[in-house]
Amino acid sequence: MNNNAWRNFIPGNWQKEIDTRDFIQKNYHPYTGSADFLAGPTDRTKNIYKKLQVLLTLEKEMGGVLDIDTSTVSSLTTYPAGYLDKENEIIVGLQTARPLKRGVNPFGGIKLARKACEAYGYKLDPVIEEYFAYRTTHNDGVYRVYPVEMKDAKKCGVITGLPDGYGRGRIIGDYRRVPLYGVDALIEQKEKDKTHLSKQHMDEENIRLHEELFRQIDFLKKLKEMALMYGSDISKPATNAREAVQWLYFAYLGAIKEQNGAAMSLGRVSTFLDIYFERDLAENTLSETNVQELVDDFVIKLRMARQLRTPEYNELFAGDPLWITEAVGGMGEDGRTLVTKSSFRFLQTLYNLGPSPEPNLTILWSADVPEDFKKYCAKVSIETNSIQYENDEIMRPSYGDDYAIACCVSAMKVGKQMQFFGARCNLPKVLLLAINGGMDEISGEQVGPELEPLKNQILDYNEVMKRYDFYKNWLCELYVNTMNVIHNMHDKYAYEKLQMALHDTKVERFMAFGIAGLSVIADSLSAIKYAKVKPIRNDKGLIENYKVEGDFPKFGNDDSRVDTIATELVKDFYETLRKTPTYRNSMHTLSILTITSNVVYGKSTGATPDGRKEGEPFAPGANPMHNRDTNGAIASLNSVAKIPYDYCRDGISCTFSITPKVIGKTPEDQLNNLTDILDGYFKNKAHHLNVNVITRENLIDAMENPHKYPNLTIRVSGYAVNFHTLKPEQQKEVINRTFHGKM
Amino acid sequence: MTTKGRIHSIETLGALDGPGLRCVVFFQGCPLRCIYCHNPDTWSPVGGILTTPSELVERISKYKLYFGKRGGVTFSGGESLFQPEFLLETLKLCKSKEIHATLDTSGYCETDAVNKCLDFTDLVILDIKHYDDLQHKKITGKPFGKTLEFLKLVFDKKIPLWIRHVVVPEINDTSEDIAELVSLIKKHAKPEKVELIGYHTMGIEKWKKLGLAYTLNAAKDANPAVITSLQKIIDEQMKG
Repeated sequence: MNNNAWRNFIPGNWQKEIDTRDFIQKNYHPYTGSADFLAGPTDRTKNIYKKLQVLLTLEKEMGGVLDIDTSTVSSLTTYPAGYLDKENEIIVGLQTARPLKRGVNPFGGIKLARKACEAYGYKLDPVIEEYFAYRTTHNDGVYRVYPVEMKDAKKCGVITGLPDGYGRGRIIGDYRRVPLYGVDALIEQKEKDKTHLSKQHMDEENIRLHEELFRQIDFLKKLKEMALMYGSDISKPATNAREAVQWLYFAYLGAIKEQNGAAMSLGRVSTFLDIYFERDLAENTLSETNVQELVDDFVIKLRMARQLRTPEYNELFAGDPLWITEAVGGMGEDGRTLVTKSSFRFLQTLYNLGPSPEPNLTILWSADVPEDFKKYCAKVSIETNSIQYENDEIMRPSYGDDYAIACCVSAMKVGKQMQFFGARCNLPKVLLLAINGGMDEISGEQVGPELEPLKNQILDYNEVMKRYDFYKNWLCELYVNTMNVIHNMHDKYAYEKLQMALHDTKVERFMAFGIAGLSVIADSLSAIKYAKVKPIRNDKGLIENYKVEGDFPKFGNDDSRVDTIATELVKDFYETLRKTPTYRNSMHTLSILTITSNVVYGKSTGATPDGRKEGEPFAPGANPMHNRDTNGAIASLNSVAKIPYDYCRDGISCTFSITPKVIGKTPEDQLNNLTDILDGYFKNKAHHLNVNVITRENLIDAMENPHKYPNLTIRVSGYAVNFHTLKPEQQKEVINRTFHGKM
Repeated sequence: MTTKGRIHSIETLGALDGPGLRCVVFFQGCPLRCIYCHNPDTWSPVGGILTTPSELVERISKYKLYFGKRGGVTFSGGESLFQPEFLLETLKLCKSKEIHATLDTSGYCETDAVNKCLDFTDLVILDIKHYDDLQHKKITGKPFGKTLEFLKLVFDKKIPLWIRHVVVPEINDTSEDIAELVSLIKKHAKPEKVELIGYHTMGIEKWKKLGLAYTLNAAKDANPAVITSLQKIIDEQMKG
């Protein structure tokens, strides 16, 4: 039946059941050559992108939001077909009826949708307000059962950013299934699964899964309807490369119409699509220029993806991101590289269309990926600052060779695993609560269990650790329980029907916890252990500040005395989380990732024993604190590399900013040396690296003269942003970050 | 008893002092007093951190995975040849661990004492301050003779060699200066490259901090365009 669509493909298990990986393994062509074959943008591409740029400029001028459709609830079929340039687009489909116009999606929480409209001078339509007055949102559900303690914890900022009022995201549908199998085959499989389940005992989990399957099937049907609005019948498999890209994009588009999720990754599509490109190239129906044009047009669509969010949300995750993360490259389990020509083509969009934060191109690095690919990546890094790197060698043993990255650093097998996103907790704040016996060091309010604040004139390491242990135990249990509530309600009231339809029915689940401020707490404990830390109390006995006498080892210098403190903190936090069972038996995981929230977390945290002042930003992700690393960048990377991935399976983010001259005199030296840095860092079992090659002077200049750097993109923890979408305080934080550049 | 050495500091990301990525070890102590030195804090033969060769090489080894096929360690300073026994032990250990070792030196040393060191050195970067003895004295406080002896020794022992030369406006920035330098180099050695470095004023702060009088105050940063054109002359002449 699929003879035509699957012509010239090598058969395999993928034809008997839904098995995208098997299809890729049987059919892809590894590429070890250079970037010389790549094609530049066509005039058509340039013209279309110019059209988009006009809108992007307008969007910026309007304060970040071009337009909002306030009277339609975003979903797959609620808007008519929309176009950027109907006559010339190759890949079509918009989230709403018009480009960059944002839809409202109140299922996560009506409050947020309302606030977001108002923040940009709009008003949510009364019809929607009326409808949601009688409908439970995810946010309503959570607050019906939120523990009181949690509200306090949230208020003081020891845990923030939890997805309790917005879509949790971080779920990656296997969007490739739609072009490979067509939607009808996917529905058929889900019907089979449902029949099978109906013969089993109807316990709570089985009933829930049953209903979920019903909704998945319902939305697969809606996806077909959505595509039909654009004149495409996606019930059957794609028959050529253009259809493959289009079908795949429809699947992704359906997902972002249906979910305003915090991070909506694309997955790992380039090598999959490469198989279709190669077939069309072999059949002479496409040229290299045509193929690049398809990739460019697809990426233009991805760069237009938008969600409506509040300014507060943007403060946590600056730059209005969707984290359309695409994992590129890596090695296969059989030792062949998964790098294909299309790995290059996706990177090439950063030249054909210019640098951009989205899609969030993520290189899966291995010492074994082809040298020419490494060099091309290094070149793209140096010239665009738009890509990030993750260690394929430490992820593949856990996730196989068909995993992708949700958000910034969270690996999962595509279509087989999903995660319950859980933001992060502010670890330095936990330490301060411990020292102050559960009182918030800023407000003086009791927010945790009450103990007497520490009385000593000089803090005693063992005593502080004992205290910390007590408050950490309390917090971990609260954290897991809160997450259980949130995700129960999200499944109930804002279930990701379409994305889960593009997963196996039986999925593995992770519950992803997080830490912020690791280097601050590690340095604080190091100061208490190796120097003299005198607490300074206010007239009510609250410890508000610290005086440090003497020097102490600081994280980021490859000094085991403090690096061990950091490592042990992480291990211990993870083990403690595991003591509290999770919703749907999901596996506890932990990340060290802040995005830009390190600024916000710092703001709500008093002075710390490492000498950091009240309100000062934390270092992002797992980074050492600014200007405390004195032995150069490699020593700093080595400290980060020591954090064990086995305990942080949700990712360890590190951002590395360097001036071009420091990594070599000539462009050739710079490429080679950046490649060696990446090889060395990842051979040391580190997990993630953002690379910015730029001078501090350029950034300062960009802050003062934004017009001179219209597309300046820089990497922040886990993703890229357009520098100008950052708030001034975030820009300053980026500039103040340790730059590895000597005179 | 193991010889201990004095180390000023370590820069783990060095990409300018030798091939590839390098761990740069700055030795404490220097016999010269170059008027434009940007590390005057490394002059004093006391101070720094006392360390054994094995401790030092253990630290360097922590960065071995970053060295790749090109990189390694560079001993700079200060003047590494100012502590020849310590340097020799350190170089031997590097050799045994297959770490590419570069000496970044002024060549002002006792050739007998450093002869052995060169047997374990993979590359010498020799910083020639001036080809003229009088000028050399003016710039460094010491005569040029020892550096010249060292240059000959490196050539005799067939150690790969790079030459460096700091160009200071109005002191040694004419094409005649460069021609003289080239003819001197060509007479005595066959370096893989000769590299000009433009003088910059960024070191002045350190002098002030140390309470030292900076005598080069009149000099400006070298013009990068001048350096580029002089470098072209050198590259041409070295070929011929």
